[in-house]
Amino acid sequence: MAHEQHNYLNHQKGIWSWLTTLDHKRIGIMYFVAIMSFFFLGGVFALLVRAELFTPGKTLFSADVYNRMMTYHGAIMVFMVIVPGIPAIFGNFVLPIMIGAKDVAFPRLNLMSWYMLMIGAMITGSTLFMQNVDTGWTFYTPYSSIKTGMGVIPMVLGVFIIGFSSILTGLNFIVTTHKLRAPGMTMNRIPLMVWALYSTAILQVLATPVLAITLLLLIAEKALGVGIFDPQLGGDPVLFQHFFWFYSHPAVYIMILPAMGVISELVATYSRKVIFGYTAIAYSSLAIAGVSFLVWGHHMFVSGQSEFAGILFSFITMLVGVPTAIKLFNWISTMYKGSIRLDAPMLFAIGFMFLFTIGGLTGVYLASTGMDVHFHDTYFVVAHFHYVMVGGTLMALMGALIYWFPKVTGKIYSDLLGRIAWVFIFTGFNVTFFPQFILGNMGMPRRYYDYLPTFTELNQMSTFGSWLIGTGFLVGLFGVFHALLKGKEAGNNPFGGKTLEWTIPSPPPHENFDKTPVISGGPYEYR
Amino acid sequence: MSTANHTGGFHHAHHFNSLEHQYDTSKQGIWLFLVTEILMFGGLFVAYAIYHSLYPQVFHAGSKQLSVVLGAVNTVVLLFSSFTMALGINYVQRGMKNKAIIALAVTIACAAIFMVVKFFEYTHKFHVGTVPGKYAYTEELSASGEKVTKVGALLAEANKLSVAEREHKLHLDETEYEHLTLLEKTKNWPLFFGFYFVMSGIHGLHVLAGAFLIFWVLLKVIKNQVGPEYYTPVEGVGLFWHVVDLIWIYLFPLLYLVG
Ligand code: HEM
Ligand SMILES: [Cu+2]
Repeated sequence: MAHEQHNYLNHQKGIWSWLTTLDHKRIGIMYFVAIMSFFFLGGVFALLVRAELFTPGKTLFSADVYNRMMTYHGAIMVFMVIVPGIPAIFGNFVLPIMIGAKDVAFPRLNLMSWYMLMIGAMITGSTLFMQNVDTGWTFYTPYSSIKTGMGVIPMVLGVFIIGFSSILTGLNFIVTTHKLRAPGMTMNRIPLMVWALYSTAILQVLATPVLAITLLLLIAEKALGVGIFDPQLGGDPVLFQHFFWFYSHPAVYIMILPAMGVISELVATYSRKVIFGYTAIAYSSLAIAGVSFLVWGHHMFVSGQSEFAGILFSFITMLVGVPTAIKLFNWISTMYKGSIRLDAPMLFAIGFMFLFTIGGLTGVYLASTGMDVHFHDTYFVVAHFHYVMVGGTLMALMGALIYWFPKVTGKIYSDLLGRIAWVFIFTGFNVTFFPQFILGNMGMPRRYYDYLPTFTELNQMSTFGSWLIGTGFLVGLFGVFHALLKGKEAGNNPFGGKTLEWTIPSPPPHENFDKTPVISGGPYEYR
Repeated sequence: MSTANHTGGFHHAHHFNSLEHQYDTSKQGIWLFLVTEILMFGGLFVAYAIYHSLYPQVFHAGSKQLSVVLGAVNTVVLLFSSFTMALGINYVQRGMKNKAIIALAVTIACAAIFMVVKFFEYTHKFHVGTVPGKYAYTEELSASGEKVTKVGALLAEANKLSVAEREHKLHLDETEYEHLTLLEKTKNWPLFFGFYFVMSGIHGLHVLAGAFLIFWVLLKVIKNQVGPEYYTPVEGVGLFWHVVDLIWIYLFPLLYLVG
């Protein structure tokens, strides 16, 4: 290389310049480092939980330790990995560039959101060393409020702060999308990734405050004993569930919509075709966001809510399938007769479609009131949400990582390593979680430390699968270091993408664009 | 910022086209944030509505115990402070620095009055034992084996005294004595005070936060960092303050007047 290019990575030097940066691209990288560390921790807990279930009865540690590890695994994965994951890492990096902006609307707020995530994570994590929490990530009352230890308070406080971080990121993205688009970039010309992030942001802003108040009430309940959730004092523990799921169901879409955005980008780029049904994909994100507020009751079919409520929630839940299917069919139509290249990101995209479909279809089982009575709180549910959240979001996250890696670092991620990681993750995933559908159907309850000896084989298969997944992610991580040290120079547009980020150098300059681009057409003009 | 542009001494950040562009953007951000505040309190209002419909008697008896006079005073104080805040913004926009300083200072004073009144309300509640949930109960058991409330204990003591002695020794006047008696007869009454303390407590924290923010913009006014060309922070804080007032306008009738 003749002379070093001036870009956002060498614009300023030193760790301090990173910790105080207002550049959305650097903040995206800081999120990547933070969230991947959380993911590693959550993953270790997963492997330990699974290892404990290798044999019935005690395998490695006590039931008490098991409950805590299961709680930390769930809470870390949900609140610190999957919810912030794609929006905070890749949204931060690509959203402003994709709409031709120099930064997000509020760069300082953006940095503050990162610090809030760190502070929240530290407070939550500190309970690991002081008071242990064994409530599961849902913190259901009255167990969390009356029975178990005071560690619930810092744990929940940390999650509250993390929620704040999520609200602020969402707010920033909404305003950025409204106000900072380049000239000519109408709402109907923004890339589908941006549509997905925008819909997600709306959910973050509208749903998270309800979680905030729920968690505050739980803290008040535990610290002041206000009795709102305590039946002995006249309160109702089920109200907590209503509040909790009013957030947490939409949160499922906070987790999955950004992933769908990634898949749209990958499918368009690797099929070399105009995306089929741009408007349908774009607006179905909004539709999913809207409907997701009306379905929380499907988590409570057996909580004693009225039969009418059950039927209504069941019906509306199934409605979410419609916009979701629209997306899936549009992706498949895009691939149809496209010049598909099965590079690693595309493999992850196809993996997403496959696993998410299984997760979605089993969701229909759970949404049927009658069947849910059979499946409720069994391993069927565990398998279902892992297919949706892990099979969906993590597949997209890996695809996004390899796809945008050259843009972020200027180096190409080894496609071979990407494919090896894919093989391990994809097969490992199915080996881990498919048996859990069967286990659930046979009646093995979730969150249990022990199980009947008849369930042993399937559990061992599942545990074996978890090692495959673990290996897959280690390969993926190795790929990052390999690419940083040995990766080929990327050039502006190694994969032939059409969105704006591929028109600027890799890594991008400090202010993204030397001249503000002027947009005159749609985002995916292939053929 | 390295490439900041200047307009009359106030500059906009590099990623905006103009000062107006930055202003519009900030304003949208502030409004969105206020939406989240309202949604958060919305959760509380929903919970309140549910329990009010489940236990109307509890809320009736509970609200009687609150001082409508003090609540009304605070309502007036906050309404007035909204007015002075609006004045403050207006003066900043018109470049009348000294008047702006006075208006903002008065607003902060109002916030302080509000908090002082709240302090007296709270301490009195602690005094008579109308506290939330499990803290309303003492450890002692009554003759029938039930846990005794602190109010119950206080009433038992009051019943041994004459009206004048109650006033004197226990700081209980006759109306309050009657209200407490009514309260004590209502099952689960501490639930009301759970709502009272949580709702007014979270609102009180917002008043404090608002006062700090107003102080922050007051400093900006003094240091000439805001003025007719650039007043976004003042306006943003003002909007926040109006929402804090607005929420109190809902809390006051819900908590004090429902009975
Ligand atoms: C190597 C991959 C993983 C394995 C082997 C694994 C395994 C497990 C196991 C055994 C449980 C306990 C289930 C129960 O007893 O109910 C569990 C719970 C859970 N997992 Fe995972 N998991 C993995 C990855 C993830 C990821 C990436 C997420 C992120 C969304 C996640 C989210 C959860 C949640 C939310 C729970 C529920 C915890 C609770 O019920 O409180 N898991 N997982
Ligand atoms: Cu749900």
